[in-house]
Amino acid sequence: MSGHSTYQPKSGAMKWLERRLPIASLVHSSFVAYPTPRNLNYWWTFGGILSFMLGVQIVTGVVLAMHYTPHVDLAFKSVEGIMRDVNYGWLLRYLHANGAAMFFLAVYIHIFRGMYYGSYKEPREVLWILGVIIYLLMMATGFMGYVLPWGQMSFWAATVITNLFSAIPLVGDTIVTWLWGGYAVGNPTLNRFYSLHYLLPFVIAGVVVLHVWALHVAGQNNPAGIEPKTDKDTVPFTPYATVKDAFFVACFCVLFAWFVFYIPNYLGHADNYIPANPAQTPAEIVPEWYYLPFYAILRSIPNKLLGVTALFSSILILAFLPWLDTSKVRSARYRPLYRQFFWLFVISAIGLGYLGSKPPEGIYVILSRILTLYYFAYFIIVLPLLGFFEKTKPLPHSIAESVLKEGVPLGASAPSSRAKA
Amino acid sequence: MTTVSSADHTRRDFLYVATGAVGAVGAAAVLVPLISQMNPDASTIAAGAPIQVDLSPIADGQIIKVFWRSKPVFIFHRTKHDIELAQKVDVNSLPDPVPDSERVQKGHEQWLVVIGICTHLGCIPLPHQGEFDGWFCPCHGSQYDSAGRIRKGPAPKNLYLPPYKFVSDTKIQIG
Amino acid sequence: MTRTLSALIVAAALAVPTVAAAQEQQMTPPRQNWSFSGPFGTYDQAQLQRGFKIYKEVCSNCHSMELLSFRNLAEPGGPGFTEAQVKALAAEYKIQDLDDKGQPTERPGRPADHFPSPFPNAAAAAAANGVAPPDMSTLAKARTYTRGFPWFIFDIFTQYQEQGPDYIVAILNGYKNPPKDFSLPAGGHYNEYFPGHNIAMPQPLQDGQVTFDDGAPNSLHEEAKDVAAFLMWASEPHLVQRKRIGFQVMIFLIVLSGLLYFTKKKVWKAVELHPEKLEQKA
Repeated sequence: MSGHSTYQPKSGAMKWLERRLPIASLVHSSFVAYPTPRNLNYWWTFGGILSFMLGVQIVTGVVLAMHYTPHVDLAFKSVEGIMRDVNYGWLLRYLHANGAAMFFLAVYIHIFRGMYYGSYKEPREVLWILGVIIYLLMMATGFMGYVLPWGQMSFWAATVITNLFSAIPLVGDTIVTWLWGGYAVGNPTLNRFYSLHYLLPFVIAGVVVLHVWALHVAGQNNPAGIEPKTDKDTVPFTPYATVKDAFFVACFCVLFAWFVFYIPNYLGHADNYIPANPAQTPAEIVPEWYYLPFYAILRSIPNKLLGVTALFSSILILAFLPWLDTSKVRSARYRPLYRQFFWLFVISAIGLGYLGSKPPEGIYVILSRILTLYYFAYFIIVLPLLGFFEKTKPLPHSIAESVLKEGVPLGASAPSSRAKA
Repeated sequence: MTTVSSADHTRRDFLYVATGAVGAVGAAAVLVPLISQMNPDASTIAAGAPIQVDLSPIADGQIIKVFWRSKPVFIFHRTKHDIELAQKVDVNSLPDPVPDSERVQKGHEQWLVVIGICTHLGCIPLPHQGEFDGWFCPCHGSQYDSAGRIRKGPAPKNLYLPPYKFVSDTKIQIG
Repeated sequence: MTRTLSALIVAAALAVPTVAAAQEQQMTPPRQNWSFSGPFGTYDQAQLQRGFKIYKEVCSNCHSMELLSFRNLAEPGGPGFTEAQVKALAAEYKIQDLDDKGQPTERPGRPADHFPSPFPNAAAAAAANGVAPPDMSTLAKARTYTRGFPWFIFDIFTQYQEQGPDYIVAILNGYKNPPKDFSLPAGGHYNEYFPGHNIAMPQPLQDGQVTFDDGAPNSLHEEAKDVAAFLMWASEPHLVQRKRIGFQVMIFLIVLSGLLYFTKKKVWKAVELHPEKLEQKA
């Protein structure tokens, strides 16, 4: 996928294969010789972590599917059967449930990293949009997976989320009935969600291949936000990036294992250990934490259609980011103003997440509205205007130079120091 | 690349080998739950507990089918004629030579208890059919006699005997 | 940015009264000491056996526990009954089955059987009790209370996962006479810790109600703790194994991370200019 194809097959068998299917040289050029900027910090390991988590989810998911029964009368029982009777079933299920949360945690860090360093800018627009598509697919997959245990939260999340589509004028109700396959969420809904929940991860894997392809065509962005000019600016992917990724994947696994083994139900919701009861809505309906910011945006707007529109816009607007940001400078390191607005954006996203978990009343609604306003203003007003008004700092001439200089003055503000926190 | 001393080299090599080895141990440990989960789960094992069967309603010459561990088990109340036929055969001429006395329990010769799965490829043979006063497997034509022994056809072995014991003269426990 | 931040802090401070008001409705259940809390937690076998006795003599009259089987009582990490005890116990129960002729019949229970439910179905349970008593199989994980900010963040580090049993103990101890200004609907019972205070279940346990074979104290509080511990085990039967394996995994991952860290340092050392060194300092 990249220019540096220096692979020379050594054995006869590899030469034979190379002439027929050059897979070894493809792997070599993409994951061995592939030049990666030498100044990447640990925030860049989250791509590797995400690939790892996708693998974990697919493996544990395929295994869980061997024991799960997608039927309204049996889904809850079969999940409990996994927890109680299947050999290591509890481990596999907790890995899968908490793995989803870790997957989202990693993807959020990955997205914020891309935003901080301007990784979406020319020539990486397609790379970025593919990322947004992966994120959307992840949200759909995560949601449908949450429905499968058929607990109270599963059932009512399915009801509430599918009802979002009823906001569409004229055809809304028809679409919702079509999604359900009935007059309410029921067995057909569960079955199709199961089918799609199994399918979508492989679609994600496919888009990930495109994402990596686009990445290897454009090359990685880096903390300096300037393109590598000479070989001095890069190091080969293997062993440099590989071992660095491996180290941080292992660190990430410590966090993952902490949740799986010690607080496996921390991120879940107690109500989902009550079997689904279509006759009774739980006192509080809250989505999984990774959807909370969008849930807060939805609830901050009192009009149904506008709320749903805002919800979907808040995600889709990410796809337009490469064109909304008018600045020529990529990295926030050289954009003092942008940096402040960026961190405010992070705070507002986290704040929306907190507000999404709170009842929609009093001060929470007001705060949600303020943060929702900032969320959209960041994309529609701040980013387009900043490009014209911001006085950026001078860029280094090369990555190698930035690396040498950085250690003293700029390093203090580089997020690499926070990577281990 | 900077040059490194040979002492540095061995230390580095050791580090690489150690890291690789620990990683490999981890990968192997991950395989344990992934493989183990496909074995029968605790409820399946518990459901495979021994069962008791009352023999008193089984008429002379009747064959009944019960299930133990999801497998059919034939219980054959053999008539005198059936027993004689089974005992008369020249054991050495059989494909799987076992005398009738080893197919039943002493003092309970009228009761034959066999797992009802053809030893060829797992079909259930039909009772009271075939040329040997026993079973005939419709799948590939294996024929068993009144002691459940293979007499003709592609099956290599006699019908297997489940573990069972007589709780009383009219009651057995299978498993 | 500082200004905006302080604005946010002010806003958060404004939010506090609302939170306090919301919490007044449901009193926070007091934290109990549990043998199964923390990274090395295990179940106390004697406590689980006592809890089971309470379940059997009291709870099971109205509550089902349909996901559990008798055999579970003998499985490792649980109350530690012997196989023979479980067999004898199971035989005390009558299990609905079909006879050889397909007619409904009752037979003595076997270890593989599930605990029989006191009512044939949810509708019958509701008809007899006003509200269907919830199934107890996952009850300890299905009950919780709001932790609020910032405690929910501390819980990640302190591994507090015992909200369910704490809540159950609080409910069992929470029956009081209603305050004068509280109008209790007919058929309701006043409970300090129940959201809304109006609970359908009459006080199920009294001081000294269940006598334990091991002579353990049987005040209401002790009984409540024992049955809550038992319900936690019923919800999470593999907790002990989970925490034990978890510790091994943690040790392994920390060793692996350490080795990878040094490997990474070695590998990067070979690069001219030592850029990574500078990154590390940053």
